[in-house]
Formats: sequence, C-alpha cells, structure tokens
Amino acid sequence: MPAALTSPTAASRALDRPDVHLPLPAVDGLVDAVDAAGLRGRGGAGFPTAAKMRAVLDAASRPDRRRRGQPVVVANGCEGEPASHKDATLLALAPHLVVDGAVLAALALDGSRVVLCVGTAAPAAAGLRAALAGRADPVAVEVVEVPERFVASQETALVRFLGGGPALPTTSPPRPAERGVAGRPTFVANVETLARLALLARHGPHAQSLLLTVGGAVARPGVVEVAAGTPLSRVLALAGGPSTQVGTLLTGGYGGTWLTARDHLGLPVDRDSFRAAGATLGAGVLLALPADACGPTQTLHLLRFLVRESARQCGPCRFGLPAMAGDLTEIVDGRPDASAAYARLTERLGVVDGRGACSHPDGAVRLVASALHVFAEDVAMHLRGLPCRAAGAPSLFPAGRSAW
Amino acid sequence: MSHLRVDAIACDGHGLCADLLPELVDLDEWGYPIVTGPVPRRLRRAAAAAVAACPALALRLTEPPR
Repeated sequence: MPAALTSPTAASRALDRPDVHLPLPAVDGLVDAVDAAGLRGRGGAGFPTAAKMRAVLDAASRPDRRRRGQPVVVANGCEGEPASHKDATLLALAPHLVVDGAVLAALALDGSRVVLCVGTAAPAAAGLRAALAGRADPVAVEVVEVPERFVASQETALVRFLGGGPALPTTSPPRPAERGVAGRPTFVANVETLARLALLARHGPHAQSLLLTVGGAVARPGVVEVAAGTPLSRVLALAGGPSTQVGTLLTGGYGGTWLTARDHLGLPVDRDSFRAAGATLGAGVLLALPADACGPTQTLHLLRFLVRESARQCGPCRFGLPAMAGDLTEIVDGRPDASAAYARLTERLGVVDGRGACSHPDGAVRLVASALHVFAEDVAMHLRGLPCRAAGAPSLFPAGRSAW
Repeated sequence: MSHLRVDAIACDGHGLCADLLPELVDLDEWGYPIVTGPVPRRLRRAAAAAVAACPALALRLTEPPR
C-alpha cells in the first residue's frame, strides 16, 4: 500500500526522510522529554509512554532487581488489526528509525536486550534483519516472528509468546513493566511509538505527527502521515477523497467506533478531539463506508471477525461475543423477534464490557454500542421488519484471516 | 477496603463464589462471576472463604495500594 507524503513539520516526519543509521543521540533526560512531549502509545490504547517507561524504571530499581534482571524492550510491529497498514509501511520505509527508538529506549531504561516483533508472513522481518546487519548497536537486538492473529499483538500476549508460550493474552497484573520477558521488567511499545521516541531524542521537542491508515471508499487508500490535529476532510483528501458518497467512517479499527462523515469533516484528527466526539482513534485506522451501505450489516461482519479472533480464554468473551453476534444477526435480518434481540443485546453490552483479561471484548462492545447509536434510524427500520436494501451484503472491509 | 478480583482466564464459571458470597458476587447468564462491590469488613471472612473454595484458584482478595 502506498504512503502518501504530507506536510507535518520536518522534525516530526517518520516516513519521508532518508532512513539511514546515524550515531545515536544521548539518552539523558529522554524519559522526561517523552513525558513533556505528551507521547502516547500508537498501538491503539494510547497509554502515556513516559508512564510505561517509568514503571519499568521503578520495577528495575526495587531491592530484588538482581533477581529480576535488566529490562527488556519489545518493539511491537505485529499490527494484528487487518485494516491497519501503518506499522508495515513504517517498517518498510524507516526500519532504522524504529530500531533507533527501541535501542534508545533500552539505553534510557538501562536495558540490555531489544526484541523486534513482527508477524510471520510480514515482509518486515527480512527488512529489519537487513537493517540490523549494517548496524552495531550497544545492546542485543533480535527479530522475532509472531503468529498473525488479532489478539497476538496485545502486549501480554507478546510477553507470553517470547517466554515460549502461545501468543495469547495473560492476566495482568503483573504488567509486563513489572514482570515481562524472562521475568524482567519489560517495556512493550508499538513501533510507531518508538519511531516518535527516536525523533524526539534526535530533534528535541516538536509538534507531533501521526501515521494513519485510510481505507474503504476513498480513491487512493493507503497510509498518510499528518500533523496531529489535521482536519478529517484533509486526511480524506490525502487519500484521494471519497470514491463515492460516504455516510460514515469506522475509526480506530474493528474494535472502534462509527462516526458520521457529514458532521465531522472539520474534526481535528487527534486522540482528544476524537474522544470528545465520542470516537476512538485507536491505532489510526479510518475506513470510509459508502452512504448506501447497511451499517448494521457491516458491523455484524466486523463483530463476527472479532468472535473468530477471540482467544476464547475468558468466559464473558468466549460466550458473550457470539451471543452479541446472534442478537445483531436477528436485528440485521429484521426478524419478528428483533426487538427482543435488541433489548438483550443492549443488556449484554453492559455485562460483557471490561470482563476479559485483555481489551478484546471491550472493543467488540464499543463497536456494537457505537453502531446502535450512529445507525439508530437504520436499526429502527430493521426492528420494524424493514431492513434496507443493502442488508445482508458482503463485508466491504477486509474480513481478515482467522485461526478458526 | 479490600476487593475481590476474578482472574478471567483462570475462571471456569463453577459459580461457587456466588453460592458462598451472594452479597458480593452475581453470575452472568453464562455462569461467570460479576463482582458487585468492594468487600466490607463484615464480609471479609466470607470473602476469604469464597477465595479458598474456588476450584480454579481464580478468585483473589486484593488490598488497596498503600
């Protein structure tokens, strides 16, 4: 997928710069600089990066530190979200920047080991290995290929996999920062987060940029890099603009939210503005849905994907997600008992939310709750037994591969 | 006040916790526990008994951070 090059400030660009291995900048004060920049994780959850780093420093300074061992940095480039391509694009175009970020983080945390995690089928593994061959880093750096699966990119799943287990989430606490790879304090960060960290270390404070994957009904789907706060209409224009009349956007990914296009063209694309609009930016996925598509049907396709991708380790996710999909199926089909299904579904959303070991069920709840709200008029017609013409149509977004 | 925490991966939905401690544990429609609130002093022993009785060792009492 091509990367559209845009106009963020020079210092904040991750993509359209020569990706060469230069001497690393100093790491003194790096955690404070990351804190001052307000850098948040770009893998989806948006957790403050400096807080995560400090948690590792805390764990590494406790009295039992000798037993725990030196910190480990895990660069997460697995990108389990099928609609997201920004991490793959970043790894293809700027592998050195990502490795720089991971190594700088390791140095700032007094760590001794960096693990770069990418999906098994991803071309990024070869690219990263080639980049590493031309570097001499002060810490051990290795590339590990992780099974391609939605929940495999949860940070506890990576830690479990690197410890020899399956790439499935574990119960936390303990968080990876306290007890991660080989029991060591572990800083798990998305590859874009690490690239931003490297840019901060190299260029000092600057306005942040974002990598976004823009897909669906746009003329040139792809990855764009924009200054944080760029209006949504501009982001869509960078992807060639709508290819047909667009009614809504799916934001954040398959466990994300729906946003009406008409009312939000001026919305600044950044985490806080999206949150204020009741949407999530997640890992920076924006998918345009044509106005004549059936929102509830498309939501059902995505929900079924999330059902298939569940690790099935926690009861509320294992049983709750299929139950939610069953309810939504009755609504989409406009069956006579659809109103009862609707009541059951809204009840189940409250029961399932927050009850898994990882956030997988929460994403499914967020997607469906958002669909019931944003497509309320359409849903009402379905409940009256009058589904729209596009009801039951195939998925317009990649349904993704599934382990089951 | 201490809290009951369910290890969602370890929990198999046996439901003993809800039998022993209905004041603080509901079951969802699939038989998995929903903790309804923190543990008051008067229920501490009952909560500890529920923790000990869990066949999956999935229930824990946690103290608030000092």
